[in-house]
Amino acid sequence: MGKTITEKIFAAHRRDVPSDNNVVLDIDVVMCHEITTPIAINDLMERGMDRVFDPQKIKVVIDHVTPSKDSKTATQAKILRDWARRNRIKDFFDIGANGVCHALFPEKGFIRPGYTVIMGDSHTCTHGAFGAFAAGIGTTDLEVGILKGVCSFRLPETMKIVITGKLGKGVYAKDVILRIIKELTVNGATDKVMEFCGPVVDAMSMEARMTLCNMAIEAGATCGVCMPDRVTAEYLWPFIKEQYADVDAAVNDFKKWHSDADARYVAEKIFDVSNLNPQVTYGFKPDEVKDIADMAGTRVDQVYMGSCTNGRIEDLRAAATVLKGRRIADNVRAILSPATPQVFTQALEEGLIKIFMDAGFCVTNPTCGACLGMSNGVLAAGEVCASTTNRNFNGRMGKGGMVHLMSPVSAAATAVRGAIVDPREMM
Amino acid sequence: MRFNGPVLFLDRSDINTDEIIPARYLTEISKEALRPHLLEDLSLEEFDPRADIAGKRVIVTRSNFGCGSSREHAPWALEVNGITVVVARSFARIFRQNMFNCGMLAIELPKKDIDSLFALGDKVTIAVDIDQETVITKVATEVCCKFTLNSFDKALVQAGGWLAYADKKY
Ligand code: SF4
Repeated sequence: MGKTITEKIFAAHRRDVPSDNNVVLDIDVVMCHEITTPIAINDLMERGMDRVFDPQKIKVVIDHVTPSKDSKTATQAKILRDWARRNRIKDFFDIGANGVCHALFPEKGFIRPGYTVIMGDSHTCTHGAFGAFAAGIGTTDLEVGILKGVCSFRLPETMKIVITGKLGKGVYAKDVILRIIKELTVNGATDKVMEFCGPVVDAMSMEARMTLCNMAIEAGATCGVCMPDRVTAEYLWPFIKEQYADVDAAVNDFKKWHSDADARYVAEKIFDVSNLNPQVTYGFKPDEVKDIADMAGTRVDQVYMGSCTNGRIEDLRAAATVLKGRRIADNVRAILSPATPQVFTQALEEGLIKIFMDAGFCVTNPTCGACLGMSNGVLAAGEVCASTTNRNFNGRMGKGGMVHLMSPVSAAATAVRGAIVDPREMM
Repeated sequence: MRFNGPVLFLDRSDINTDEIIPARYLTEISKEALRPHLLEDLSLEEFDPRADIAGKRVIVTRSNFGCGSSREHAPWALEVNGITVVVARSFARIFRQNMFNCGMLAIELPKKDIDSLFALGDKVTIAVDIDQETVITKVATEVCCKFTLNSFDKALVQAGGWLAYADKKY
């Protein structure tokens, strides 16, 4: 019987099997941010366990609320900063070098095929795009990860998601994943890994694959995963060139992680995306999804471009094609938070930032920003936001606010129109 | 920990972590500070967090409880309010793991059992027996529901949580 990529990664990292149903895995990367880690640090200190299992394997960023907005968030940042210094964690990213964790860490080459990755953040599933097993965890798991470098998981089953056909104009990875979540519902993949494959995925950039895997959690999945291939090897090349003779050698080596042809899946779903239209969410759950044309005319007060879902350079480039030479509508305010300093710099060099600003966008520093309504870009009660983020929960971006999730191009078009619109009308 | 007491019924599926404890309280660095904010943003008709939560020890709810973010603040917000058991049709993975990691109980029951618990109406008291793996209600008509606990999850509860377990073993 063949194995899936996840089963291969589990087999290679198995530390213990505490029951038939559970395994304890050795972890390659423990990632930390300032919202969920300080409380773990304080607890470890109180227990006299202020240690880390391996400072090289811990990656730390301040990203959710940065620069700090008040004394409480300043304290969270300080606890994290002091801890990273005290424990000699050299991969620590503070103001000036910081950005959204799930965009920043891949960009630094920290995620590799076959890795096990944990973080006290549900969108850790993003990193499965590299052929890794990457899962969000809570604070206690984080404490044990920091201290021992292990984490327990139930053996997940794998759902194979085959994406076929050809994406039409104005339709992107975001539309694909929204459509998939609509079909699976918010718990359709609970305790499962969503393995994305098929010609559409093969043709996707790493950025697009990250968008796909990012929202696997919105269907309840433990992780999303894509097979590591040439696209992966080329993205990682600056970080792996010492290890391999050439890109071909890396591509070949990555094949050892690929799911076997006779691997067992709990379900297999095929999505032909040839006729897929741009999608949008309409309610307070990420599976409440419609064709964007069905929501056309819905007025919005704010447009938010950014986050670990869609704050990468490709997203900005795509949005800029719609914004170029246009102005946002008078009833709208628009915010761009490039996901990382590298994205920001690149967008400056390519003239994208100017396009956004000429269109009337406010550009913030790299941060999670409005995505979780904790710092800037908070909505007032009754306000509506068109957003490139991943969660539309009631109150997510501010009490009484409504968030409609969509692609960067759809958000850009909506900003210009002042109301939700099918972006293909402007392309 | 003892796992029994009056029940808070939440008759809805997909109650997410933002509803259990909103993100705006994640800047708190003590568990106790979460106490007044449990279920503050829950969308459920006629639910009044202050009046309805007081004195409750067990939550009974529908499916996919705790979906959304990974925040362990959700189980902590329950814990500081004295609620140490959630009985549901199903849970989101991270929330369920967080409950056991904290030495608390996330019990899954089939739909018919959940329905029969809801049918009892308010003012129900529940006792959970981990060894016998049963949920027993104490009202005029006694209902007894059998559940199965993963042996590892049980070991976590008995050890007082994952940190204590892992510290000894790894
Ligand atoms: S951008 Fe939003 S979803 Fe992504 S890590 Fe930040 S807060 Fe979470």
